[in-house]
Amino acid sequence: MSEENGVIYRISGPVVTAIGIAPRMYEVVRVGNEGLMGEVIELHGDQSVIQVYEETSGVKPGEPVVRTGQTLSVQLGPGLLTQIYDGIQRPLPKLEETMGVFITRGVDADGLDLEKKWDFNATVKAGDEVSAGQVIGTVQETETIEHRVMVPPGKGGVVKKIDSGSFNITEPVCKLEDGTEIAMMQEWPVRHPRPFIQKYAPDVPLMTGQRILDFLFPLAKGGTAGIPGPFGSGKTVTQQQLAKWSDAQIVVYIGCGERGNEMTEVLDEFPHLIDPNTNKPLMNRTVMIANTSNMPVAAREASVYTGVTIAEYFRDMGYNVALMADSTSRWAEAMREISSRLEEMPGEEGYPAYLSSRLAEFYERAGRVQTLAGDDGSVSVIGAVSPPGGDISEPVSQGTLRIVKVFWGLDAGLARQRHFPAINWLSSYSLYPQALDQWYRDNIASDFPEVRTEISTLLQVESELQEIVQLVGSDALPIDQQLTLEVARMIREFFLQQNAFHDVDTYSDLKLQYDMARAILSFQEEAKKAIAGGAQLEDVVNVPARTDLMRGRFEKGYNDKIEELVSEMGKQISSSMEAN
Amino acid sequence: MSGKEYRTITDVKGPLVFLNKTEPVSFGEIVQLRLSDGSMKNGQVLDTSDDQVIVQVFEGTASVDRQTGVKFLGDVFKLPVSKGLIGRILDGAGRPRDGGPEIVADEMADIIGAAINPYSRQSPESFIQTGISAIDACTSLVRGQKLPIFSASGLPHNDIALQIARQAKLVDSDDDFVVVFCAMGITAEEYNFFVHDLERTGALENAALFVNLADDPAVERLITPRLALTAAEYLAFEHDYHVLVIYTDMTNYCESLRQIGAAREEVPGRRGYPGYMYTDLAMLYERAGLVKGKKGSITQFPILTMPGDDITHPIPDLSGYITEGQIVISRELHQKGIYPPINVLPSLSRLMNAGIGPGKTREDHKSVSDQLYAAYAQGRELRGLVAIVGEDALNERDLQLLKFADIFEDQFLRQSRDEDRTIHEGTLDLAWNLLANIDTKYLVRLDQKWIDKYHPTDKKE
Repeated sequence: MSEENGVIYRISGPVVTAIGIAPRMYEVVRVGNEGLMGEVIELHGDQSVIQVYEETSGVKPGEPVVRTGQTLSVQLGPGLLTQIYDGIQRPLPKLEETMGVFITRGVDADGLDLEKKWDFNATVKAGDEVSAGQVIGTVQETETIEHRVMVPPGKGGVVKKIDSGSFNITEPVCKLEDGTEIAMMQEWPVRHPRPFIQKYAPDVPLMTGQRILDFLFPLAKGGTAGIPGPFGSGKTVTQQQLAKWSDAQIVVYIGCGERGNEMTEVLDEFPHLIDPNTNKPLMNRTVMIANTSNMPVAAREASVYTGVTIAEYFRDMGYNVALMADSTSRWAEAMREISSRLEEMPGEEGYPAYLSSRLAEFYERAGRVQTLAGDDGSVSVIGAVSPPGGDISEPVSQGTLRIVKVFWGLDAGLARQRHFPAINWLSSYSLYPQALDQWYRDNIASDFPEVRTEISTLLQVESELQEIVQLVGSDALPIDQQLTLEVARMIREFFLQQNAFHDVDTYSDLKLQYDMARAILSFQEEAKKAIAGGAQLEDVVNVPARTDLMRGRFEKGYNDKIEELVSEMGKQISSSMEAN
Repeated sequence: MSGKEYRTITDVKGPLVFLNKTEPVSFGEIVQLRLSDGSMKNGQVLDTSDDQVIVQVFEGTASVDRQTGVKFLGDVFKLPVSKGLIGRILDGAGRPRDGGPEIVADEMADIIGAAINPYSRQSPESFIQTGISAIDACTSLVRGQKLPIFSASGLPHNDIALQIARQAKLVDSDDDFVVVFCAMGITAEEYNFFVHDLERTGALENAALFVNLADDPAVERLITPRLALTAAEYLAFEHDYHVLVIYTDMTNYCESLRQIGAAREEVPGRRGYPGYMYTDLAMLYERAGLVKGKKGSITQFPILTMPGDDITHPIPDLSGYITEGQIVISRELHQKGIYPPINVLPSLSRLMNAGIGPGKTREDHKSVSDQLYAAYAQGRELRGLVAIVGEDALNERDLQLLKFADIFEDQFLRQSRDEDRTIHEGTLDLAWNLLANIDTKYLVRLDQKWIDKYHPTDKKE
């Protein structure tokens, strides 16, 4: 039943059929004379269908196929952070060392450095009883992140011996009474979610520093969000902004089937960017997975699972993890490509019929949980979607929208006007505000939800007024409606637009966001009064202090100045009434 | 390899030949077919198993019969590369087309091309001045970028591509570009146009041409760009050249891809194009860039004609997801008689921010570019409104923006085919002069400090 060695029968691109072996589903096998890595994805009579993670040209029928007995797994332990991997956890710097700048094939590399010594600090002692998931010691992995070494799932017992000191990750640091040895590294099959005790309702926001996201369409820690948008609408920039500024402690960034130069940009930039929460380089908390569009398609399919498994591992330590997948459409296309090579009956637009269940399984791995050790940890998942032609009626967008709780809809029209982030405020939504409102009241301002409602109502009213303006021109509107249009313009240009490439404007904390929103409402209030008192709309709108208030957001120390700027604006508006 | 010749063809379908009972044949292997009249054809293995081998024949399967001899050459497709490629014209399969001798190979390079390790890439950040204001100001090109021209039938994309090839240079460097030109299914007329222009400017000596014309075999088009890019990689990464790859027309390439997919009875994706078209295109487009430790670079200018002017058609759509932006040619502007008819609004350069700014172009570049976009976008929108309500219904701000849109098209976009504008005086200063037609208080995208420094009338001396 378990023949170990077989031969290749057929090769069609990344799909290889082998005969003479009886592997398990999803078992990893070595294919051909070069030992290319592959995974069994279908059993068919005596044929095993294998997706191969490397380029297959030059491989011949009759070459050997060898079982490994393992399923596709990742190595988890100290050394993950700051690393950049391909889709099957091979470190790219290591690959460069062995094969140069072009990725050739047949090279194996461990995900973690097995030689490097880490300083392990035991936090339990001999005689303690430990259970699966419990932290038995810590390692200072990077300046900012303490790596918590846990008892692997399925193990546990009374500690017989545990040592602090310098170890590599495969040396046992702890021995249990029943003889189980625990090292700093553990392995986990990527296609299985890691265990936890229970999922909580998400009620803490994930702060991103992006005004339109945090203020209008917030994501909760442990929540899921989808960002669909046509090309050029700023998906990648938005994802990168989230990777840079979100207040998660760990960020896992999956570049799935995207551009090589984009990954390079991230790699160049992250080590120099400072995390506003810790004042240390962002790279210290980041794990990157880069499988660019021209790298083997099967590894692209795996990259998403590799990423989410790493995210879950840090979650189990009690961290809040944010995972960005850019782009899930490329992942879906990888599934489609492989499915079509398998000659499976296609579902919509050639995608396999199991597309939506795979998407659901992936997003379900997000959540705020009680870990096995009883701590709180979360994985928030933010998936970019690249719908063909920007039309979100296609299967990947629809499959995603059925699952995610936050929809950040990117809009080509806004991008064309260089309104960034080009997130459409009318079509986007978040289902979290209700769960989060209490948090806002307690931590930011007691009227936070009301201010948000007022702002979004104004935007809604504006869109209705715009329809009329399209027909009759804005001068034909009554003055109060003209003012509403001005206020809405201020919301758009001053609040919603945010320059990701500007040192200061790129990040606004939630308090500042609230203050800016209040500033807009206070402009509306003052202007209404002034106009009622006989002031001209144009004079009110053009008071210099308003321009100062708006331009001020590009300057350092804006948080402290904004109150003063608002009161100055109020004064000038009142005096514009007197001038008349 | 043994050099055994098989006569076991069972089926011939479109460009594909099916044969059985062979010894093990590797995936991607090159195949030679000898027809009964003695003529030869070339092909490549697409699918291989113990029972059946599927071969795609580059020259098409006309005259192939069951007696045709099929020989497997035991190797994947390779191109002989050397510096001698520069100045040569080759056909779509890499054979000399200019009557010259065979290329003397320094090495044989696999044309599939391995993926560049993302970790080994170097970020592109050297601004290329094309001398075309619309591109330099609004969709700035940098060395190592892939920036396609999205055009449509009857538009002057070839002129633009040639003008870029002629004028492209780094601002502070004398390094010249070597042009690798790859024609896929274009007409002889278009081809002559390119060659004459390259000849006229002397660029031909500094170029390598790979040519598959409209009447050449369609399937051959699938390898032509791979040959061109293999040559480009060799020149860039072995000999430190800065290579500018122009290939036209990607639409013909994708048609060939669809043809093969249909012949293999694959499950089609959108509009009959194969589901793996994204990956296939990526394997071309991603062969652009710079790598650590090498001086050369590859910059790509693919040209594609959008069927029915439709930017959501799978070909431009998938391209746009891979390339680092796009330059969109507009029929409307062309009909107004504006050359180059580049519609800057849907055009984009993703690497622009890395290539512009102080020390690269000028400190105010980003600000100016944002302001041009915003003003022009609003101006164009107002044109629609004016058509309904007339200019009288507009306020002062809107009137100025409306007027700006016309000035922008007439003076900024429009330039002659051999006008090479410098980035500072030719493009950015011109932009400031045109923006001065709008009241400064409406120019909200401009930082105050740049207004103080560059505004032609409101600056503080």
